[in-house]
Amino acid sequence: MVATATTGVTRVRWGAAWLTVGIALACWGAASALAATNVELDDRVREIASELRCVVCQNLSVADSPSDLAREMRALVREQVKQGKSGEEIQSYFVSRYGEYVLLSPPKRGFNLLVWGLPFLAVVAGGGVVYLVARRWTGQAPATAAAVDPMYVERVRRDLEEREGH
Amino acid sequence: MTWKKLLIPLAGVPLILLLAYGFRTDPKAIPSPLVQKAAPDFVLQAYGGVGISLADLRGKPVVLNFWASWCYPACYEEAPLLELTWKKFKDQGLVVVGVDIQDKEPNAREFIQRFGFTFANAPDPGSKVSIDYGVYGVPETFFIDRQGRIVYKHVGALPPELIETQVQSLLKGT
Repeated sequence: MVATATTGVTRVRWGAAWLTVGIALACWGAASALAATNVELDDRVREIASELRCVVCQNLSVADSPSDLAREMRALVREQVKQGKSGEEIQSYFVSRYGEYVLLSPPKRGFNLLVWGLPFLAVVAGGGVVYLVARRWTGQAPATAAAVDPMYVERVRRDLEEREGH
Repeated sequence: MTWKKLLIPLAGVPLILLLAYGFRTDPKAIPSPLVQKAAPDFVLQAYGGVGISLADLRGKPVVLNFWASWCYPACYEEAPLLELTWKKFKDQGLVVVGVDIQDKEPNAREFIQRFGFTFANAPDPGSKVSIDYGVYGVPETFFIDRQGRIVYKHVGALPPELIETQVQSLLKGT
């Protein structure tokens, strides 16, 4: 009778122990899941904010700027991400308020294509110029050789012959 | 042979045209995409305690001014002008709303007291309204017509003639 009571108590103790472990594991799981979503959210906010210009500091992105307005903009981006808005939707919201100026890289269309295309065009054109100039130079090389007085050529040849002869 | 000699200066023409275009535009002028569009709605709690909602002001011309007590000297220059304009035209239905951005409340209250503002001024928590209006500096002023459309935006201290003509044309509009 006494023995059974003791086993009962032991069983209850074990049960409580397992329950505690279970709860602890569940909490840990939930916490890490929450941390993971937070990290994901942070990354997402950073990704979107790094494409937006901090409008009060010209050459910094909203992600990198320490200014108050950029901080508020990051908070707004975070809020919109949480609402389930896509990166493009958030970007177009900022464009509708600030114009394309707010985008750090100009969209690849219309007049902006010049910005994207011109450097490559310049490299190709420059390469063409280098090729043409180089061809002209190499083409001119024999002409300069021919311009040497035949008298000197003859003299050098004779001198060399003399050396080899002795 | 002559066309080859012409080719080099001709190649420079598009570049000169591009530079001419670039140099004639002001890189600091950032045209607001909001002009001629519906003014974004907002609800703010003014320093006096009253709530201001733009939707409630439909039918009245509104001068919406973004300022801050730390914005010296531009905001200090135009502040008396705003109060003067409000007093002059309020009987004709003009509404002036001040939005104080990124400010500390005691400093803002001091600013309001200093210029004796009698029109409504409200802080902008989280700069939400400022961002919604594409504000990138202070002061910025939006002129909103009776239909709730932004007709003009001015960046920097308001010149007296400008506020007068803009308000007159807002009041004339139906």
